[in-house]
Amino acid sequence: MIAELGHFALVLALSVALVQATIPLLGAWRGDPGWIGLARPAALVQCLLVSIAFGALMHAYVTSDFSVLNVATNSHSAKPLLYKISGVWGNHEGSLLLWLLILVLFGAAVALFGGNLPAPFRARVLSVQAMIAIGFLAFVLFTSNPFERLFPVPLDGRGLNPLLQDPGLAFHPPFLYLGYVGFSMAFSFAVAALIEGRVDAAWARWVRPWTLAAWCFLTMGIALGSWWAYYELGWGGWWFWDPVENASFMPWLAGTALLHSSIVVEKRDSLKNWTVLLAIVTFSLSLLGTFLVRSGVLTSVHAFATDPARGVFILGFLIVVIAGSLTLYAIRAPAMKGGGLFAPVSREGGLVLNNLLLSTACATVLLGTLYPLFLDAVTGEKITVGPPYFNATFGPLMLPALIAMAVGPMLRWKRADLGGAVQRLKFAIAATVAALFLTLVLAYDGPWLAIPGIALGVWMIAAALEEAAYRLRLFRVPVGESLRRLVRSPRSAWGTTFAHAGAGMVIIGIVASSSWQVEKLQVMRPGEEVAVGGYSFKFIGARPFKGPNYNAVRGAFQVSRNGVDITLMEPESREYQDPPMETTEAAIRTGWGGDLYAVIGDPTGDGVWSTRFYNKPMIHWIWMGALVMVFGGMVSLSDRRHRVGAPSRRKAGAKPLKVAQSMAGK
Amino acid sequence: MLMVYLRGLLLLLCLAGLSTPAFSVAVDTPLDDPRQEARARAIHKQLRCLVCQNQSIEDSNASLARDLRILVRERIAAGDSDDAAIGYIVERYGDWVLLRPPIKAGTLVLWAAPAVFLILAIILIAVWYRRRNGPASKPVASLSAEEQVRLKDLLDRGDQP
Repeated sequence: MIAELGHFALVLALSVALVQATIPLLGAWRGDPGWIGLARPAALVQCLLVSIAFGALMHAYVTSDFSVLNVATNSHSAKPLLYKISGVWGNHEGSLLLWLLILVLFGAAVALFGGNLPAPFRARVLSVQAMIAIGFLAFVLFTSNPFERLFPVPLDGRGLNPLLQDPGLAFHPPFLYLGYVGFSMAFSFAVAALIEGRVDAAWARWVRPWTLAAWCFLTMGIALGSWWAYYELGWGGWWFWDPVENASFMPWLAGTALLHSSIVVEKRDSLKNWTVLLAIVTFSLSLLGTFLVRSGVLTSVHAFATDPARGVFILGFLIVVIAGSLTLYAIRAPAMKGGGLFAPVSREGGLVLNNLLLSTACATVLLGTLYPLFLDAVTGEKITVGPPYFNATFGPLMLPALIAMAVGPMLRWKRADLGGAVQRLKFAIAATVAALFLTLVLAYDGPWLAIPGIALGVWMIAAALEEAAYRLRLFRVPVGESLRRLVRSPRSAWGTTFAHAGAGMVIIGIVASSSWQVEKLQVMRPGEEVAVGGYSFKFIGARPFKGPNYNAVRGAFQVSRNGVDITLMEPESREYQDPPMETTEAAIRTGWGGDLYAVIGDPTGDGVWSTRFYNKPMIHWIWMGALVMVFGGMVSLSDRRHRVGAPSRRKAGAKPLKVAQSMAGK
Repeated sequence: MLMVYLRGLLLLLCLAGLSTPAFSVAVDTPLDDPRQEARARAIHKQLRCLVCQNQSIEDSNASLARDLRILVRERIAAGDSDDAAIGYIVERYGDWVLLRPPIKAGTLVLWAAPAVFLILAIILIAVWYRRRNGPASKPVASLSAEEQVRLKDLLDRGDQP
């Protein structure tokens, strides 16, 4: 009964979306306030209806209602509650419903908090949002209905993939989707602006907070995903350039470019066409990402054949969205005139360089991801495009971007003095040279690439800090004056400082952990000891135990350094029954210097076990850096300038709804 | 694809049979010679786990990946060079097993594309920039002959107080 309610709510939501997509748009065109006014209530009702549907599916999962096919296929009564809940989006149908829920929640946010948007513009934005919702609702209802019933009702479900039964992965998809869908706001604003034929600084101010919020979520989602891969897959890898990862990385690259180009629109009224195009491309890549992952076309080329309806629908929807928005762009964009001129060496010039390199890198990742599909379709040849390709192409493209990123914030608008900007970074240059020599001395016997790599990371962090110090005029004016500047300087500038320094931390983490990792693979008996990069791992023993829905073996290793015991590490090897699968639960000890990582593998008989140990210096900097980047994004988001029409400081005070408000551009 | 896969499976089954005397259970036992082991590990990183998504056999828990790891170690222990060991695997699974796509007719576009993208983008930006800044800045940049005379006149006058 509840499942049918959910299904019915979805059908109603589709009808509401159809109304919302057409009437307000026509109203804005005809200047009819009644029709324009329909957008708000429609968006709210649609949000309510999809929430009901999502709640109904959630109910089916929590109560283990196996008469619902989706639940029976993807859940199990013995599963812990957290994974019953996260199981809702751990499958194709449910994840689409989550996508839809976030989409309508954002739509409702615009309806509620977008009071400062001109009513016709808001109506157009909500109409475009509804068009996206129509696509997803139709896809869910016609090809991927999560409420389908199953008869006879099975006694128990088939269970969730054990790899997904993990807190890290429970929250990974929602963050990714918040990011993807956040970019749908940028898209809707872009399309609405194209329809109106007007893109200006005010437009950029509305779009920026949404893009920023989406970027924060997506960064968080990707970081969570890679962290999960690191501790769950059991081989210490954290990025594989696999198509699913690339699918989320492409919108991130395009979104990062969009974030930067929209600054130019806001500040200098330039790069307007390009920014609108980027907004369209970013969301198109988000859509592509969602569908690539969910359709399974990349996992197996045969997935389309198993359900041709889904494949055809996805292709059709992508074509309509991309071709439709690009056609509109082609018609409208030439009429939009760019404003502020600038010299090649200027803040604008730096941001153009950022966009040039990020877009090229994004295009490369897109090609590398889809190329095996093209080649197979055209010639029938099967190839794999793996990490070596991306490292060889993406790396060199990003390198100049990372070097230049440190200088960019030091450049003035319109026309800048590059020499002067570099001169003002003298401490950063000194720190970089020091890092170069220090790494050379300390790690002369390691891989040589580590030396410039670490120096690059230090350069990025030091330059970000020095830029902040320059902004505060630290040590050049009395401390009190610097403090006053600290309070007064815009939060978005601080966001830049944090985000850029965070990126430097990520680079250091990547370089250090990949260059100086020590790994040991061996078979061990209890009592034996292995030395791993200055640490000693002593195998105490392994014993079986029973978890809530798995059987496991837990090994115990005493770790010591110079004869002093440091910690006991207890990696597990789990065997799940529903569905049958083995997983490794690595034991990880994070210290200041990096991670120790222990895995227990298969027994070889006679009480001998295969084991793997890693010492990964500074690897936690990768995720710490990502967190610092997200923090920077949030600081920037709290900038009162992102709330158009917030003239007084009083209004900028902390309110619980701040994020939602600033996202709505208040 | 299915055929390749089945062939690979058959092969592995045969090999598993052949290798029984050496390994009682298929387990990752490193080679005794650390240099040989390092070579084998380097090769592991270049080969795809056949049942995973872009993971190397070095990074995978799949039993098929483990069997391939053992196979590579066997080839190295038997005295194969790195290329010969990789060739041995490619011969059986095709280029698909290589994580770095080899440069050949079908992959030229793939390998050339990043550079082409970059150059195209730079040209597009240069054209856009010239078209935008060119005409707009010209009137400012060049004065007519008459204006220059007047300017010189003004400046000269400024010199004499």
